[in-house]
Amino acid sequence: MRRYFGRKLLIYGLTFFVAVTINWSIPRFMPGDPVQSMLSRANISQPEAVEAMRVHYTNLFGLDLPLWKQYLNFWGALLKGDLGISIWLFPTPVTDVIVRAVPYTLALLIPAILLSWVAGNRFGAFAARRTWLDNTVLPVGYVLTATPYMWLAILLAWALGIVAGIFPVAGAYSFAMEPSWSPAFLASLAQHWFLPFASLFLVAFGGWAIGMRNMIIYELEADYVHYLEALGASRRLVRRYAFRNAILPQITGLALQLGVLVAGALVTEIVFSYPGLGHLILQAIQNQDFFLLQGTFLFVVIGVLIANFVIDIVYVLVDPRTRTGMGGAA
Amino acid sequence: MALRVTDLKVHYRTRRGEVKALDGVTFSVADGEIMGLAGESGSGKSTLGKSLIRLDSRMRHVGGTVELDGTVVPVTDKRRMNAFRFHKISIIPQYSMSALNPTRKIGRMVGELLASRGVRLETAELERRLELVGLSAEVLGRYPIELSGGMKQRVVMVVSTLLNPSLLIADEVTSALDVSTQKAVARTLLGLRDGGLVGSMIVVTHDISLVYQIADTIMVMYGGRLAEKAPADAVATSPRHPYTRALISSLPEAGVRHADKRLQGIPGSPPALLDPPPGCRFRDRCPLAFERCAEQPPFAEVAPDHFVACWKAM
Repeated sequence: MRRYFGRKLLIYGLTFFVAVTINWSIPRFMPGDPVQSMLSRANISQPEAVEAMRVHYTNLFGLDLPLWKQYLNFWGALLKGDLGISIWLFPTPVTDVIVRAVPYTLALLIPAILLSWVAGNRFGAFAARRTWLDNTVLPVGYVLTATPYMWLAILLAWALGIVAGIFPVAGAYSFAMEPSWSPAFLASLAQHWFLPFASLFLVAFGGWAIGMRNMIIYELEADYVHYLEALGASRRLVRRYAFRNAILPQITGLALQLGVLVAGALVTEIVFSYPGLGHLILQAIQNQDFFLLQGTFLFVVIGVLIANFVIDIVYVLVDPRTRTGMGGAA
Repeated sequence: MALRVTDLKVHYRTRRGEVKALDGVTFSVADGEIMGLAGESGSGKSTLGKSLIRLDSRMRHVGGTVELDGTVVPVTDKRRMNAFRFHKISIIPQYSMSALNPTRKIGRMVGELLASRGVRLETAELERRLELVGLSAEVLGRYPIELSGGMKQRVVMVVSTLLNPSLLIADEVTSALDVSTQKAVARTLLGLRDGGLVGSMIVVTHDISLVYQIADTIMVMYGGRLAEKAPADAVATSPRHPYTRALISSLPEAGVRHADKRLQGIPGSPPALLDPPPGCRFRDRCPLAFERCAEQPPFAEVAPDHFVACWKAM
């Protein structure tokens, strides 16, 4: 068991190293010069002043050093928890910018991922082998999974936000309010949260429901089910066993889907101008903000790795067959 | 008479029509009798075994009745049939290796299965029975993948017979085992009957030489119908149906060197049961066929307890 997790941790460590390196290099190979755009934003006409500022900023961000030195400095700072200073929101440290955005993304992603997974699996299992549900609701599921996130998000924003006027279509809370713990503010928060959440939930829900339906139908034809039925076991017991075994590939699916969902969250946040990490990524790219982009990607990478690790542990707990692969330590 | 089957017909629904896998079989099995049920693939022997406990979704009961210990078995009524399953009629399936839920420990699975049938699990009795087949109580705490094929087979044997059924159907139980394990399984079946844990038994097999060692009677099927039923010795020494004769003479004989004498098979192949020809179904492959074979021969008693469906045997 310890060897198994040791090996897993090593693999995750390597993945982390490679991912962070790629995160570091991508912004630097993007066309454009961040210092130049900062200078043009400052709108200064005196050439000497511009030159002085250029030297100052280049030095401040360490962009005058050779690339390998920048890379080493980056790791050094990273290990101290320093992600640099944002160019877009100069001079706020990147960590602060991210810490402000992370709660929004998590509040959007975690319920959307978990609820859609649980509800989709339950519903798919329920629909399997019930002809009328199979014929009416599952086609809707197919349409939902095939729908691109942003299209569904725009559709929801248009229908429920603009036409029906029930939900607001931008921001995390009313622009007229200051963040606080007052009931009015929390209500506004929930109201703004609903549409982005719904768009993420619906698309993922359809996929899980279809996957689960197919898995259950497959499991209900398995030999152990036929045996239980021949011995007159109750339908409830048979369905419970089938569900439990059909959920295993769905857990793997969840691990694979996480990355896709993060990307979905990015698009959704942009559509609804929701101030989470996805929104930050867009702003960072538009403003040539190397440090913010690196920092946000770092968070996404850490999130996906942690989630995968948790799923690895869950898998070991629920499937006895994976345990024998760890050298007979059951 | 423990089991009496009268004119049972079970067909398979396919897109091209009904496959007449079981086309009117009538026979009975006495209390405590072990009946070997032999035949080639596609002869309907497994269909017969399955129809006595659970018709699957493709199987359609066309006619005929089944009686067990004097009560009619409602083979077509899924709900009422449940009262018979496990308690009265049980099965050791062809797929014993994969018959156990892979994600449950065996002991827990048995407990849950019994609970769903409203029976309390008596662990001591279960352990005693495992011991009878040479397994320790420790297997209850294991997952199916942690057992060998032979061990799983024995676990399934114990589970299937836990409620002392009056009829046990053993469907090709030895097919996937090596020769020495086959012998152990055959002995275990015999032990179940002799120990009074099981009433009568139908042992479905294509291996007539193995079933001969444990069966009291042997019934041979061909093309969805019965060909011959007789005490095991009579089938082995004086078979009357040309198909049974061909089946037995195609077995290798001890002391014969097959370099000198080629082993005889049965020429031709079994009839398609989608649209079988009228009359005796063995006619096309039969060396003794004559005009009358165009008419279906009755399954008649030609000697005490010796039934044959052949015009030449009467």
